[in-house]
Amino acid sequence: MTCRRKWIQISIIAAIMLVLPFFFPSGYYYRVGALVFVNALSVVGLVILVGYAGQISLGHAGFAGIGAYACALAPTHLGLHPAVAILLGALISAALALLIGRPILRLKGYYLGVATLGFGILVSMVLSNERALTGGPDGMSVPDLGLRSLLRDMGWRISGGEFWYGLNAVVLLIGIWIALNLYQSATGRAMRALHGSEVAAQTVGIDVPRIKLQAFVISAVYASVAGSLLALQNGFITPEVAGFMHSVEMVTMAVLGGVGSVLGATLGAAILTLLPQVLTVFAEYEQLVLGLIMVLVMIFLPRGLLPSIVAKLRGRGE
Amino acid sequence: MSILEVKGLGISFGGLRAVNDVSFAVKPGEIVSVIGPNGAGKTTLFNMISGVYMPGVGQVFLEGQDITARAPYLLARQGLTRTFQNLQIFQEMTVLENVIAGFHLTERGPIWADLLSWPSARKRAGEVRNGAYELLTRVRLEKAAEEEAGNLSYGALKRLEIARALAMSPKVLLLDEPAAGCNAVETEEIDALIAELAASGIAILLVEHDMKMVMRISNHIVVLDHGEKIAEGTPTEVSRNPDVIAAYLGSEEETAHADG
Ligand SMILES: Nc1ncnc2c1ncn2[C@@H]1O[C@H](COP(=O)(O)OP(=O)(O)O)[C@@H](O)[C@H]1O
Ligand SMILES: [Mg+2]
Repeated sequence: MTCRRKWIQISIIAAIMLVLPFFFPSGYYYRVGALVFVNALSVVGLVILVGYAGQISLGHAGFAGIGAYACALAPTHLGLHPAVAILLGALISAALALLIGRPILRLKGYYLGVATLGFGILVSMVLSNERALTGGPDGMSVPDLGLRSLLRDMGWRISGGEFWYGLNAVVLLIGIWIALNLYQSATGRAMRALHGSEVAAQTVGIDVPRIKLQAFVISAVYASVAGSLLALQNGFITPEVAGFMHSVEMVTMAVLGGVGSVLGATLGAAILTLLPQVLTVFAEYEQLVLGLIMVLVMIFLPRGLLPSIVAKLRGRGE
Repeated sequence: MSILEVKGLGISFGGLRAVNDVSFAVKPGEIVSVIGPNGAGKTTLFNMISGVYMPGVGQVFLEGQDITARAPYLLARQGLTRTFQNLQIFQEMTVLENVIAGFHLTERGPIWADLLSWPSARKRAGEVRNGAYELLTRVRLEKAAEEEAGNLSYGALKRLEIARALAMSPKVLLLDEPAAGCNAVETEEIDALIAELAASGIAILLVEHDMKMVMRISNHIVVLDHGEKIAEGTPTEVSRNPDVIAAYLGSEEETAHADG
């Protein structure tokens, strides 16, 4: 039953991804779609940490920064193919999450929020200050992934926008599939259990610090891969990718859509990515609008947009 | 040979000696009850035995091994688990999932298998699912299996906690007021269930306010008052002990009659 529900969710998203381009007024919208998918990917990772395991992170953009700069630096300095650089970035992010997660995850609530916030700020400061390597706040260019030219050689001519739309869609679907697998597995259930009651989770044999750490590392890898894809598709990256605002953006997307729901997180990412495209004023007042959305959601839809809608529909059906 | 042994256990909170020099032992298949007025230190005693609090003094032995202050999840892996007086339910999971979570030690496997929904992971999940259904049937919650746990009544949640604890096939089970908030019928059922569990060889340490139930099913009773053990023995011995009557039983029976 749960297995069927998983495939229904994945099919719905895949169908939307396929159908959407028919309504695009211009090729530019492939770019917007690609951005939605990248943001959704890191938010799905946050759902695992925040929604499943009940732990907060206000510094996850730090991992996005690591993924992004791995793709900017590793090809030129280590001679790695950008695709391998994505893996390297994910590996570094996972190792770092493992290292800092152990002490940090002992903290609870606000304290955990502040500690993760500190981590994010640290990463973005290093990226800004290591001018020789990263170009500082001005950013640096990122080499081409090279996959599109490969497709062209095989006789498949697509635009950059189309390419990134397709690639990010596939990666996001894989990310969603993994997150949904986890949800109904022993590990995912242990995460949700300790979210409900740490002491009760312990009494059934769950190693709480270990499971929290697993959630932290997995979500760090999601953010890292998303950061890599963002860097590669833009061909340029600045330390802002690791900045505090980006972390807050991620959390707001997750909270807006429904932090316990993978599908909801995708919806939240879509809304908050599209909003500034539609309302140009949004860009100017981004902080203000993000804060407002956060407060309104917390008050009126504490479980997030999608779960609240689903609950409403269910209630009416009965 | 006793499976659980408590020796001179004590703890203080600030100036308050919540538990002081308490010793007793439980054999496999035995039901030992801890009784005493509110605030006597029963829950605190449970918290120390189950590793939630670190005892100030004294030791706890499980199958002869010193397990004092060992982390609760390690104790669970050695076969000791408990339920809680103030419910500790996984609220946002379904009733069935709560029990499946209790099978964590049986179900867990390599994390990559969980992430990729590998056949081995799905097989493990399927197996414990059936076990969880059986346990739900045993506490008569099978009809609520797919409901969100948070929606259940207090009495139902008490039984859900027992089912979850049973999922890890404990050798020693600590039950903190399992029948609190249950009606007469539910209390009887829990009563019968506890006797059944003991008969299957589980050592049971019980805190319960329903004196009729305690007197009926206990093999041995430990009486606490102000953190001290003031008496212990068989139900008959304890109910005749003048100290116990003065501290607890007399007033309790009056309230029991008033309630009834
Ligand atoms: N964590 C704690 N901090 C301070 N005092 C506590 C704590 N836990 C229990 N106590 C105190 O210890 C005493 C015994 O409480 P408890 O074990 O809950 O009693 P019982 O379960 O017998 O009703 C009470 O006075 C209670 O206030
Ligand atoms: Mg108590």
